[in-house]
Amino acid sequence: MRVRAQMSMLFHLDKCIGCHTCSVACKNLWTDRRGAEYMWWNNVETRPGTGYPTGWEDQDHYEGGWKPDGDGITLRLQGKGKALARLFFNPALPQLEDYYEPFTHRYEDLFDAPAGDVQPTAVPISMVTGEPMNVDGGPNWDDDLGGSDIFARNDVALDGVDQTIRAQMEEIERVVFNYLPRICNHCLNPACVAACPSGAIYKRGEDGVVLVDENQCRAWRMCVAACPYKKVYYNWSTGKSEKCILCFPRMETGQAPACAHSCVGRIRYMGVLLYDADRIPEAAAVSDAELVDAQLDMILDPNDPVVIAAAHEAGIGDDWLDAARRSPLWKFVKEWGLALPLHPEFRTLAMMFYIPPLSPLVASVERELYRLELPPERQDFELFDRLDKARLPIRYLANLFSVGDEQVIERVLRRMLAVRVYKRRQSVEGVVDDATKDLLASVDMTPEEAEAIYALTTLPTVDERFVLPPYHREMSIETLNDPLAHKGEVGVGYLEPPRRGW
Amino acid sequence: MSDTVAMIVFVAFPYAALTLAIVVTVLRWKLAPFTVSSISSQLLESRKLFWGSIPFHWGIVLILLGHLATLFFPATVAWWNGVPIRLYALEITGLALALWAAAGLLVLLYRRLTTARIRAVTTPMDLVVLIVLAVQIASGIWMAVGYRFGSFWSVGVVVPYVWSLLKLSPRPELLQPFPFILQLHVVSFFVLVAIFPFTRLVHLITLPLPYLARPWQRVVRMRHIEPVG
Ligand code: HEM
Ligand code: SF4
Repeated sequence: MRVRAQMSMLFHLDKCIGCHTCSVACKNLWTDRRGAEYMWWNNVETRPGTGYPTGWEDQDHYEGGWKPDGDGITLRLQGKGKALARLFFNPALPQLEDYYEPFTHRYEDLFDAPAGDVQPTAVPISMVTGEPMNVDGGPNWDDDLGGSDIFARNDVALDGVDQTIRAQMEEIERVVFNYLPRICNHCLNPACVAACPSGAIYKRGEDGVVLVDENQCRAWRMCVAACPYKKVYYNWSTGKSEKCILCFPRMETGQAPACAHSCVGRIRYMGVLLYDADRIPEAAAVSDAELVDAQLDMILDPNDPVVIAAAHEAGIGDDWLDAARRSPLWKFVKEWGLALPLHPEFRTLAMMFYIPPLSPLVASVERELYRLELPPERQDFELFDRLDKARLPIRYLANLFSVGDEQVIERVLRRMLAVRVYKRRQSVEGVVDDATKDLLASVDMTPEEAEAIYALTTLPTVDERFVLPPYHREMSIETLNDPLAHKGEVGVGYLEPPRRGW
Repeated sequence: MSDTVAMIVFVAFPYAALTLAIVVTVLRWKLAPFTVSSISSQLLESRKLFWGSIPFHWGIVLILLGHLATLFFPATVAWWNGVPIRLYALEITGLALALWAAAGLLVLLYRRLTTARIRAVTTPMDLVVLIVLAVQIASGIWMAVGYRFGSFWSVGVVVPYVWSLLKLSPRPELLQPFPFILQLHVVSFFVLVAIFPFTRLVHLITLPLPYLARPWQRVVRMRHIEPVG
C-alpha cells in the first residue's frame, strides 16, 4: 500500500442554481489575460446540452482519455511514437471555434459617433485580431438551453435514453435541465500528463494537484487533445498550455479555491481523500462495469490503523490525517455513498465528485407517462418507488456518472430521497411514521446518518464545507535554500515575465 | 571573389554565427526558459497549417538528416553514388523532398501574411525565418536542377570545407571557385545558424525524444511533510 493524499472537490448538484459566480470568480483571478480570454477553467453547463467546448464528451471526435488495450490501457489519442510523428500538426486538437472566439465591444464608438438620427452601437471586436466580428457563440450560449432544444438534442450523454422519454424531454414547454459545473478533475491517472512529450505536466505529490510547468512546455499541445474533459487550454499568445491549478496558492494559505469560496449555492465542498497509489494501474484497467467500484475502493479509510501507519510511512503527517478524517469528501463519497466521479469511462480516475440531482416526477398527462394527481404527502414516496418516472431520466445521469449503470444512480437518489422524506415528516408533522422508518431501513440508513447528511447538506458552516489541511510551505523552502538566506532574499528574484517567445 | 571577401564570408561569418548560436541559445535556455517553445498557432488556424506544416517539416527534416549523413559518413554516400542508378534515385528523392518542403513553406508564408488571426500573433522574426528558409530551399533546388548531382560532387568540396571549420583550420579556398548559387546556399545556412537563438527555430533542439522511454505518469514531491503534533 502506497498512501497518497488528494485535495478533492465535491459538487452537490441538487444545490447548483447555475449562476456562474464560480466561473466569474475564476476568470477574474486567473484567466483575465491576453491569450486566455477564451479559457474557462471553471465553467457551468446546462445539461442536457453540448457543453464547452462544444460536444467535449464525444471522444470519437476529440480522442481524449484512455481506452482498454489488452490487459491494460492506452491513450485513445496516440501511442508515444505516433505522438512524435504528429508534433508538426495534431489533427485531434480542438479549434478556437470549438470554444468560441473571444470578443469585446468598441465602447468608444458610443461616445465618438457623430450626431445622427440613429443610436450609435458598440461594435463587437475580436480579442484575437482586434477587427470587427460577428459574434456567433460564447462559452455558455446554451445556458438554460438558449431558448431552443437544439443544444439538448445534441448531447451525447443522451445515448440509450428511451425514445419516449427523449421526446418528452424535448418538448419545449416541459423541457428539463440541470447544471453541471466543471473544473479540472486533478485525476489520479491523468491523460494530459501521459500525453505531454516534454514531461512538462506533473501531479503534485503532496495534494495531487495537476500542474503545467510552463518553462518546460514547448507547445506540442498534446495535453489539450488528450484530456477527455477538455480542461487543458492552449494560450495562443504565450504559446504555453494552461489549466485549473485548484487555486493552490489559496489552499497553501488556508483558503478554499475561488470557485468554491464564491459559490452562491454553497454547493461545493473541499477536503482530503487518501488513496492507494499502487492500485491506480489496476483500477484504471478494469471492465466498464467495474470502473466506479474500483475507483471508490482505492480510497482509504483515514480511521483505519493500518492506513494510518502506511500514511506515516509515506510522510503524511497527523495534521493531514486529521483533516482526512473530518473531510466532507470522505463522508459524502465513502461513508454515505452519495457522490460519484464524472464520466468514469474516460479512465483517468477523476477526483472531483458529484452528487447527482434529484428531480420531481414527470407531470405529463401523456399516454404512458405518469399523471401527477397525488396528494402531496404521497409524492415523495411515489418518486422513491418509481424513480424511472423522474423528470431527469436515470439513464441520462447514469451516462454521466456511472458508465450507464442505472442501479448505481438509483441507489444514490434513493438514499437522498430517504433523507428528504425523513426530514419532511419530522419537521412538517412532528413525528416520523412507520412507513418513513421502513423507507430509511430499506436504504440501510439510520436516523442519525440521515440527520448527519441533512446537516452537512443544508446547514454547514464554511469550516465544515472546506476542511483544508495545513500545507507547511514554510518548511518546504528548506529543500532549496537556507531559510535565513531565503528570508533575506525574498522579493528580489529573477522571475521571468510570462511573455510570448521570439 | 577576392580572398578577403572569402575570409569574411566563409570564415569570419560562420564562426560568428556558430558562436552566437551556442552562446545565446545557452543563455536563453537558462535565463528565459519561458520563451523556448514552438509557439504553435494551430488553435487559431488549422486547415492551411495542415497543408503547410506537414510537407514543410517532413521535407526539411529528412533533407537535414540527409545533409548530416553526408557530413558524417561521406565515404558511405560516395560508395552509394558509385552506381549511377543509385545516384539518380538519391538525387530524385532529394529534389522531391525539397520541392515538397518548398510547397509547404509557401503555404506557411501565405498563411502568415494573409490570415488575420495569424497576423495577430506574427512577430517580425517569424517572417525573417520563413524568408531565409525560402532562400535556403530555393538555392538548394536551383543547384539540384542547374548543377546536377550535388550529392556526388559536394562530398569532395563542401564536406571538407565544413570539417575544416569544425577542426578550426578553415579552408575558404575550397568554395571560392564554385558558382554563386552554392555560395549563397552556404551563406544563407549560416544566416539561419546566426538567427537560430533569436527566433522560434530553437524549437529544433527541444525534440522530446526522452518521451519514448519515460513512464506515462509523473508525480513530483517538494519534500516529505514531516508528521507534526
Ligand atoms: C526536429 C523536429 C521538429 C519539430 C518537432 C518541429 C515542430 C514544430 C511545431 C510544433 C511547430 C508549430 C506549428 C504550429 O503552428 O502548430 C513548428 C513550426 C515551425 N518550424 Fe518546426 N519542428 C521541427 C523541425 C524544424 C526544422 C528543421 C525547421 C527549419 C529549419 C523548422 C522550422 C519551423 C518554422 C519556420 C515554423 C513556423 C511555421 C509557421 O510559420 O507557422 N522546424 N515546428
Ligand atoms: S457559483 Fe455555485 S451555484 Fe452558482 S453556478 Fe457555480 S456552482 Fe452553481
